[in-house]
Amino acid sequence: MDFGDALNKALREEMRRDPRVFCIGEDIVLGVPFGVTKGLCEEFGPERVLNAPISEAAIVGSAMGAAMTGLVPVVDMHFADFVTCAMDEVANQIAKSRYMFGGQIDCPITLRMPYGIGRSGGGHHSNSVEAWFVNIPGLKLCIPSTPADAYGLLTTAIRDPDPVLVFEHRGLYRVTGEVGDAETLVPLGSADVKRPGRDVTVIATARMVHESLAAARRLAEDGIEVEVVDPRSLVPLDRATLADSVRRTHRVVIAEEGPMRGSTGAWLAWVIMEECFDDLDAPIARVAGPNVPIPFSPPLEAFATPKAEDVEAAVRQVVK
Amino acid sequence: MTPAPDRLLAMYAGMLRVRLFEERVRELFAGGRIPGFLHTSVGQEAVAVGVCAALRPDDYVLSTHRGHGHLVAKGGSLRGLMAELYGKANGICHGKGGTMHIADASVGYLGANGVLAAGCVLAPGVGLSIKHRRSGQVVVAFFGDGAANRGPFHEGVNLAALWKLPVIFVCENNRWASTSAHALSTAGGSIAARAAGYGIPGESIDGNDVLAVWDAVTQAAARGRRGDGPSLVEAHTIRWVGHFEGDPQAYRSKEEVAAGRRTDPVARLERLLRDAKVLDDAHAQRVRDGIVAEIDDAVAHAEASPLPEPHEALTDLFASYPWRD
Repeated sequence: MDFGDALNKALREEMRRDPRVFCIGEDIVLGVPFGVTKGLCEEFGPERVLNAPISEAAIVGSAMGAAMTGLVPVVDMHFADFVTCAMDEVANQIAKSRYMFGGQIDCPITLRMPYGIGRSGGGHHSNSVEAWFVNIPGLKLCIPSTPADAYGLLTTAIRDPDPVLVFEHRGLYRVTGEVGDAETLVPLGSADVKRPGRDVTVIATARMVHESLAAARRLAEDGIEVEVVDPRSLVPLDRATLADSVRRTHRVVIAEEGPMRGSTGAWLAWVIMEECFDDLDAPIARVAGPNVPIPFSPPLEAFATPKAEDVEAAVRQVVK
Repeated sequence: MTPAPDRLLAMYAGMLRVRLFEERVRELFAGGRIPGFLHTSVGQEAVAVGVCAALRPDDYVLSTHRGHGHLVAKGGSLRGLMAELYGKANGICHGKGGTMHIADASVGYLGANGVLAAGCVLAPGVGLSIKHRRSGQVVVAFFGDGAANRGPFHEGVNLAALWKLPVIFVCENNRWASTSAHALSTAGGSIAARAAGYGIPGESIDGNDVLAVWDAVTQAAARGRRGDGPSLVEAHTIRWVGHFEGDPQAYRSKEEVAAGRRTDPVARLERLLRDAKVLDDAHAQRVRDGIVAEIDDAVAHAEASPLPEPHEALTDLFASYPWRD
């Protein structure tokens, strides 16, 4: 099953299980452009698969209004870049409602955030935006890398009583993998070791998990055993699994796709320093995008895309 | 349509409650008892009370930064509200919201809001859940004339109209967007006229006439409950006070406030009730004394209540704890 189908399966099962769950977003009846919501309208009807006008503030805002009064919305952000048009609704309204109202009001919203670089999407359709939200208290953030994790995390997100953002890298939708028939949830705050190794820990998210695994295979040929750890959720963060790995390997590379500055990886580096500074045998190395908007032309875009060879180089640097 | 005498008396008491509450809050703020950026609704009572009198107890309200009056009119506890304004631990929001971010779910008050027009996009979603439950409720989104120039106003009205949702958009046009005059910030002049662009009724009314407000919202609520969709009501009113407490108001003339006082919505209904022999001096005094006693009680409660423990700043963010980032 591919990553997109796994998300579709999670949506379909949750909508069958709970009549309060509904989907809202642009072009979701047809499931354009990534196919994740395809077929849901046929099964659940247009009252639960709401094809909205291109009104991001109204889509996200009305999801919150519905969530405050008993429904369980799943928003399709179309392209995560467009969340800027609903940033007040996400950052000021959804994230703060439970807190500012002293816990009176539940806000069980899932925001599906198709994001990421590739295929010359250019500056408005390619950004890795997860770091923006790491800095907003009140949101839970998850970022799957495999079909099984996509299924398990989206299911968990929909059942969570708080707002959860699910970052779906658009380059992963057609990646295939096993998804069990049984309901296998992935709890938030549960990292996963995608490949065990004794020499270096690579902490990577989403597409960079796959790039890191490719780097690990090459490095293994030179006798360097890389452990690839996928946090799977950024908030809450499974510090214990990350720290346990670093305490065994003593060396860390953090790989992400977004720009280097003020990023998720910068924060994770601080977490590692706080948890296990004395266990480190080398400075933490980071792989991230350059601090530029995502360019259009294929060679420029390729330059701005962190890849397996960047992870490989960073690992060689920390084992020197 | 005119409401029965007991309902008129309730509206009178409701407006007087908002007026006296806000005036007391201003005094307490000036005396340093209440922290924060305070926006009061003195002069605008007819909108809050006329709207809420036309609603059912289980209907919803989304409010604004100038929201105390809406909550008082919706039946919120004065004790809980006053303690919240004081930042006390037993305020409705445990001191985490304060004047601009209060909600009281027990009376369907889904939040004041520090961001203009924010409620205009939350409202269609509340309408969706009402429709889903087939509960026959409606939701009111209050907003000001300044907010009508923000995108969420247009997105929210469009969506509610498109999906025929039971929403009533109530614009409190007090002529000033903070310190900017309505005429210098609003193209076309009329906010009610914008409704036509979305194919819904838009009515411009005297917002200092509580009966006009009540009548317009009664009709809008009936339309919403019938499933015919949203309405927009533009209620023209005058705020007698600054945008915020301490605002020197150099941007407007004293005559404007004087004109507001001449059209005082509370005095106006009082005259009507006296002329109809529904209210006399003794009765009016009893109503006022009762309200003053309620407010005294709320203030005494707030004064006597404890401040939150500082570490409570870390609670209420998520549904369950323990939590570690």
